[in-house]
Formats: sequence, structure tokens, C-alpha cells
Amino acid sequence: MSLAARDRRLAWGLLAPALLWTAAFFILPFLGMVALSFAHMEGRQIVHGFDAGNYVRIFTDWTMLKALINSLEITAVVTVISIVLAYPLAAIIAFRVPVRWQRLALLLAVLPFWTSYVVRSYSWLLVLGQNGVVNQTLLGLGLIAEPLQIASTRAATVIGFVHFFVMLLTLTIYANLIQLSPNYARAAQDLGAGRWQTFAHVILPLTLPGVVTGAFLTFVLCIGDYITPQILGGNAELTLPQLIMLQLGRSGNFPLASALSVILMAVVTLAYVTSSRWLRLDRV
Amino acid sequence: MRHLAWAYLAAAYVFVFLPVVVLVVFSFQDGRLPVPPFRGVTLDWYAKVLADGKLMAALWNSLVVAVVSSTVALILGFLAAHALARVRLPGSALMRGVLIAPLTVSYLIIALGLLNLYTQTGIRLSLWTAGIGHVVINLPLCFAITYAAMGDHQKAAERAARDLGAPEWKVLLLISAPMLSAPLAAAFFLSVTFSWDEFIIAFLLTRFDVTLPVEIWSMLRSGLSPATNAVGSLVFLVSVTLVILLELLVFRRAK
Repeated sequence: MSLAARDRRLAWGLLAPALLWTAAFFILPFLGMVALSFAHMEGRQIVHGFDAGNYVRIFTDWTMLKALINSLEITAVVTVISIVLAYPLAAIIAFRVPVRWQRLALLLAVLPFWTSYVVRSYSWLLVLGQNGVVNQTLLGLGLIAEPLQIASTRAATVIGFVHFFVMLLTLTIYANLIQLSPNYARAAQDLGAGRWQTFAHVILPLTLPGVVTGAFLTFVLCIGDYITPQILGGNAELTLPQLIMLQLGRSGNFPLASALSVILMAVVTLAYVTSSRWLRLDRV
Repeated sequence: MRHLAWAYLAAAYVFVFLPVVVLVVFSFQDGRLPVPPFRGVTLDWYAKVLADGKLMAALWNSLVVAVVSSTVALILGFLAAHALARVRLPGSALMRGVLIAPLTVSYLIIALGLLNLYTQTGIRLSLWTAGIGHVVINLPLCFAITYAAMGDHQKAAERAARDLGAPEWKVLLLISAPMLSAPLAAAFFLSVTFSWDEFIIAFLLTRFDVTLPVEIWSMLRSGLSPATNAVGSLVFLVSVTLVILLELLVFRRAK
């Protein structure tokens, strides 16, 4: 056996465990889920077959369609607000904070990222709730007469999400900004560009791939999240993941839950295809 | 303009830390509700939480699942990265894609797929079934981090060892792993923090023994309580300690 052939066999041997794991516990279950989405329920029994009824139902039943629309709206709003808030924060840390303090400034800005995920939404409940910190403060200052209803609304869900994704995006955008050579900005300014022009025509386009990558991550994590809308949004309106969990829990309707998941997956894939031109997943 | 920048930075810190500060402050609340007014300091809630057998069992379960699943993910990811970085195989770009793919799929979908697989094959739900899911989500991460870290310098050292007659397991153990200790540690710690904090997979794929996030979730159902604040603060403390250790041990040394 030649050396190259032996090398290749060895490489396959090293690759096999990871590939088999991914095939058995990711690809196979995923295909199973797609197959199950074409099954239907008779009573509490799953009847396998090829029946597009679940999909027809999703697009004709207003509760289901509304959940999809809610998810898309919330995710879009969260992604845009998070980028708009995170970009200046990352830029200030990268360009205004002295270099020796930058790492600390960044670490501090994303420290709450490490609070437990369930607890983070719960903490916002303490801040935004009926007798929470915000309402008590505003009442104490005499700015409002009645407590504001923030918890159990879409606003609370959005605030909870934005909090998380501002931290995530600050990290990714900062990483992009410090990789830029300062020569670009210098060259632009030597050629007579003002601060704003330098930013709009030089810095921003150069960091666009990083922003798009961050936006894509935000989109994927936000649209698939169950906890934040469940804790902060309550059941005032449903998002897609909440609807999926309802199908699993209350009615045990696995086929419908699978169809909803396939739709979720399709939306994410669509987002991926749209942004893939600028996406640099290997550079996160 | 300068003042505006500092004001923005300050406002951002307030926004980011607000929920954490409220969480920690009201974990010391001497009263039934973790909301203003603050009625004084007590450590009762911490005592209550630490004496709660179910909670401590869940904490232990979380740690075991996190460490075991991250170890498996790291070994599988490292071996695959080593193979793909070393030899040009037909379809290696496709294989990289397959290994990374779970990163772009919502955890809920991964959990649902596995739940369905377990139901159909009759595998009973336990901590291990959730652990399998955690390996699925952390394997791409471990693979990507170690793959990105493998450079020419390292390949040269491996080749030298091989030329001197070292068998492949010795090359892996004595050359590759020590040279990649920083990224390996980073991948491991990151996996541990993700797994230890993961909710939806653990929620759908465990039954009687649950992990900490699932136990906290069931605490939430009984409403607001400073006990939940105390648990949350403890978890935060553990995670932050991990992050600071990682920063000090791995990234400082790497520089």
C-alpha cells in the first residue's frame, strides 16, 4: 500500500466518528422529521403516509399563519434594533477606549451574556413587570399614575432579545473593526473625506460582512427561541417556537409540530441564501 | 462628540447590567417578592437554595452532562479537524459543510428530531439522551475552532514526528494536542458553558433526572421568588468564573 493511500485511510478513520455521529443524531433525525411532517393524526395515533394536510393547515389556519408572521416581525425588529445599538458601542470600544482598556471594556460589555439563559429572561421580568423596577421607579417619581403594562407584551419580548443580541453583535462587530488597518481611514482623510464620509464610504462597507454575519446569527437564534417569548411575551401572542411546543405538549401532535419545524427551517435557509453573498461563517 | 461617545458607553453598560444587578440585589431580599422596595439584606434564600436537594441534584446533573458531552464533542471534533487539515480527501469541502451544518439549525429542531428518533426506536429519555443532543450542537463548534487553529507550523512538526517513526496516536497525543492546547481549551470551555446553560434540548430530551435550566424553569412556574434570584446569581457566578479563568489561562498565554 502506498504512503498516500495509507494516509487517506487513516484520515477516514479519524473522520468517521464525527461523521457517523452527525449522520445518526443530526441528519437522520432531520430526515425523519421531514417524513413525519407528511403524516397525520387520527385520534391520538400517528398515521404515516404522504399527506400535505399539515402544510395546508399552517397556511390556511390564521392562528398558525399569525404565529409565523409574529416570529418574522419580532425577529426583523430585534435584528435591526440590535445592529443599530451594537454598532456604535463596538465602534466606541474599538476607537475611543484606550487600547490597554479595550479588552476589559469589551469583557464588561458582554459579561451578562454569561447569565443563565432562562434566568436572563426572568431577570427582565423583575425589571419590566407590573410591580417591577421600571414601574416602581416611574411611580415613585410621579411620572405615571398607573403601572405600565410592559411584561406579557411584544415590547418585553423585544427588549429581552435586544439585550442578548446587542452583546453578541458588539462582539462580532468589534472583532471586525479592530481587524481594519487604520491606513484605510487615514487614506480617506488624506484625500479630504470628513469623519462621517470616512465612516459611511470606507469603514462601514469594509465591516459589512461582519455585520451581515452577526445579523444572520441573530436571525437564526432569535426566530428559533422559545424561552424569551414564553417568559416575557406570555401567551398574549404566539411565536412559531411557542406554537411548536404547544403542539408537542398539549395535543402530542408530532406531525404538525414537525411541519411547523420544517417551515422554521425553510425560513432560516431562506435567510441564509439571501445573506450568503456576504456571509463569513468561518470568521465569526 | 467625545462626550456623546462616553455617554453612550455609559448608557449601554446600564442597559446591559440592569437585569443582572436587579437579579443579584433582590437575591438578598428580606421578603417574599424580588421586586422593590428593598427590605433589607438576608442570606436566607441562598441557604434555602443550597439545602434544596432537587436543585443541587439538577446542578450536579448539569455539570456531568456538560463535561461528558463536551469531552466527546471535543475528541470527535479534534480528530475530524486533524484528518481534514492533514489530507486532501475527495469531497472534503462537503464534509466540512456537513460537520458545521448543525450550527445553523435551531436547537428546537435538533431536539424535536432527536425526540422523534428516540420515540420511534424506543430509547428511554434520560440525561444521556440529552447529552447526545449536546454533543450534536457542540461538535461543530469544537471542529471549527480546532480546524481554524491548525497551521503550517503545526503540520511541519507533525510530519517531523511521523518521519521519525511515531505512530499516529503518538503524533496526536504528544505533538498535535499540546501544540493546540489553547484552542482545545477554548473549545472545551465554550462547549461546557453552552451545554450547562442549554434549555430546550435538555427540556425535551430528559424525563426524571433533569438539568439545572430545566429545574429553574419549573421554579418559574410558581411565580417570582428571591430563591430563583439566588439560583440565578449562583449560576452567573460560576459562568463568570469560568470565563475569567479562560481569559486568564488561555488567552493571556496565547498572546
